[in-house]
Amino acid sequence: MTTVPAVPAIRTIAIRSDNLCRHYRMGENVIRAVDGVSLSVQSGEFLALLGSSGSGKSSVLNLIAGLDRPTSGSVIVQDRDLAKLSREELAKYRLRVVGMVFQSFNLIASMTVIENVELPLRFAEVDRSRRQSLAREALERVGLKARMDHRPSELSGGEQQRAALARALINRPQLLLADEPTGNLDSRTGTEIMDMVRSFNRELGMTVVMVTHERALAERYAERMIFLADGQLVDDRPNRPDGAGGLV
Amino acid sequence: MKLPDLTELALRNLRESLLRNSLTTVGISVGVASLVAMLSLGIGLQQMASRRLVKSGLFDTIIVSSRREMRGMGREEERNGPTPGESRILDEPARLEIEHMENVSEAYPDIRFATELRFEDKPHLTMISALPQSAQTNDAFEGMQGQFFSSDSEPEVILQKSFAEELLGKTPPLGQPEPGVAELAKPLLGKELLMRYAQRAAAQSAAEASNSDSNDLIGASYSVVSREQKLTIVGVADLDPESMRGPTRAKVFLPLKLAESLHVMLPTDLREIARAGDQPVYSSISARVKNPAQIQLVEDKIKKMGFTTFSIADASKGLRQFFGVLYAFLGIFGSLALIVASIGIVNTLVMAILERRREIGIMKAIGASDADVRKLFFAEAGAMGVLGGMLGVVLGWAIGQVINFGTNVYLKRQSLPPEHFWAVPWWLVAFAIGFALVVSLVSGLYPAGRAAKLDPVQALRYE
Repeated sequence: MTTVPAVPAIRTIAIRSDNLCRHYRMGENVIRAVDGVSLSVQSGEFLALLGSSGSGKSSVLNLIAGLDRPTSGSVIVQDRDLAKLSREELAKYRLRVVGMVFQSFNLIASMTVIENVELPLRFAEVDRSRRQSLAREALERVGLKARMDHRPSELSGGEQQRAALARALINRPQLLLADEPTGNLDSRTGTEIMDMVRSFNRELGMTVVMVTHERALAERYAERMIFLADGQLVDDRPNRPDGAGGLV
Repeated sequence: MKLPDLTELALRNLRESLLRNSLTTVGISVGVASLVAMLSLGIGLQQMASRRLVKSGLFDTIIVSSRREMRGMGREEERNGPTPGESRILDEPARLEIEHMENVSEAYPDIRFATELRFEDKPHLTMISALPQSAQTNDAFEGMQGQFFSSDSEPEVILQKSFAEELLGKTPPLGQPEPGVAELAKPLLGKELLMRYAQRAAAQSAAEASNSDSNDLIGASYSVVSREQKLTIVGVADLDPESMRGPTRAKVFLPLKLAESLHVMLPTDLREIARAGDQPVYSSISARVKNPAQIQLVEDKIKKMGFTTFSIADASKGLRQFFGVLYAFLGIFGSLALIVASIGIVNTLVMAILERRREIGIMKAIGASDADVRKLFFAEAGAMGVLGGMLGVVLGWAIGQVINFGTNVYLKRQSLPPEHFWAVPWWLVAFAIGFALVVSLVSGLYPAGRAAKLDPVQALRYE
């Protein structure tokens, strides 16, 4: 906790990890993908996890997302100790609390854009009509309403990522986790996507944790940057994003 | 996930790999078709057998006799029930009572006597019995030459083939082929027979008072008069309608009303001399049941009246057991193909997991639970099962029709009557589809479990 700077009283803590470890066994060797990371993220914060490939930044993100379980240590998201949740409860957590976007978009190829966007609502057992109106609303927000009946393969990379953003938004999660969201995009569409992510952060109050290896991108959008190397936290510094408009 | 969503997603996924899933579904349908074909053959054969048996009159007839008859046969009810002397008499009120029982279509007295028939002045001794008009539908008269009695009281007669041989002096030596029934009937139909019989007449007439002294003592009497009756031969039966009666079976048949009106002296009459009354007393009655399945019920009721009964219901029990075994056997054979098809389902779904690894990972990442993924794969297996089941029922039915048709062509060539030995009842349709569903769900257990346990991080790692 000593690494966390003082926070204004109005902000609550959204994510807190304590000596978080994730070790893999590969034959004889133990790979320490995450090795004792302790950090704390305030709700509404825009955090960037930086590091070279293999630094463990994606592993930390997966642990926060509840896709993976820590080998030791804890990760607590909004008072839920993820290590102690059952598989069923973790699925529910991913469904209700977390929205995710990936470098490779991860849309389901056999479904149209709107079907992809409403898929989380199927798991949440929302009625068909309400599902469709929510999906339309989300697509409208990302400016993709006109293409909602297309398949992902018929869309450009930027459009696909916008669809993925709409899908991440659909359940109104408190947490948006982005794993190299611009990695497969050119800089112009990358900026478009990042502007959208920032608008979710500011307008919807979503806590954003973004994994990236591009320092420039992080500096432009994140309020705080955490640097990882060999699974360990090496630096944690606040950032004043470009055009942050008087934000702390 | 809700069921309509599951079904929709499952069908969508099945469409994605259309060829592979269609082939798997066809595999299931072939399995179901073989099961349906086997079972409907079994059911058809059973229906055919019971149809035949009902027509034969063996399985719907109860022979009722008074306990005064059939003494000393050691039957249980004889040992435990009232003594023969105390038991009820089988008379007309008793016959009516039986006839009016539920499930009984008719009850008629067995009139059966041995007497002499003259044909072209040659005497022939034979057993004669009376038949009701309802016996017409009896299977034993299938292939009969001529026709059945024109009415219940006409002086007509039907001969059994062996008696016709005797009349014509054509009885073949043992082991020799018998002459055809058509050949036998030709010289006999329309000819007359003279039946000589002993008539039981009331003994008011003084002329016949030879033994009246002793009769007067007990207050009832009758005399025996020798009579003759001309009979026209109307039919020659190929088969033996009374095969179940063994040595007392008749070879010559009279219409029932006619036989009753003749008042033939029967062996039982002597015993019943001791009993006063105008009502006829029967040695036995044949009761026909509407449905062979109810034979035991009716038999028990008649036994409660105090009579002795006999039927071949026990034999039909054995038959049911035989068909039970046949079903099981055909069912196992039919299921084999379905089991092979189920391996196809496992294979298809395991392949689908490999292909859709990433998709499963995505679904889990955006909030699908293990149960959602498991249910989705289950739904896919189930959908293939139901579709395959429906297709299989249609296919099985078609196979049955073809085999039935082919067999009937063969039967026709052998100049045998066509038979319907193929039956696909509704319960079999429902059972086959249900069974296909169960088999496919069981096949889906392993793939669905495997898909559900997939680690999303691993699944999403590789591009």
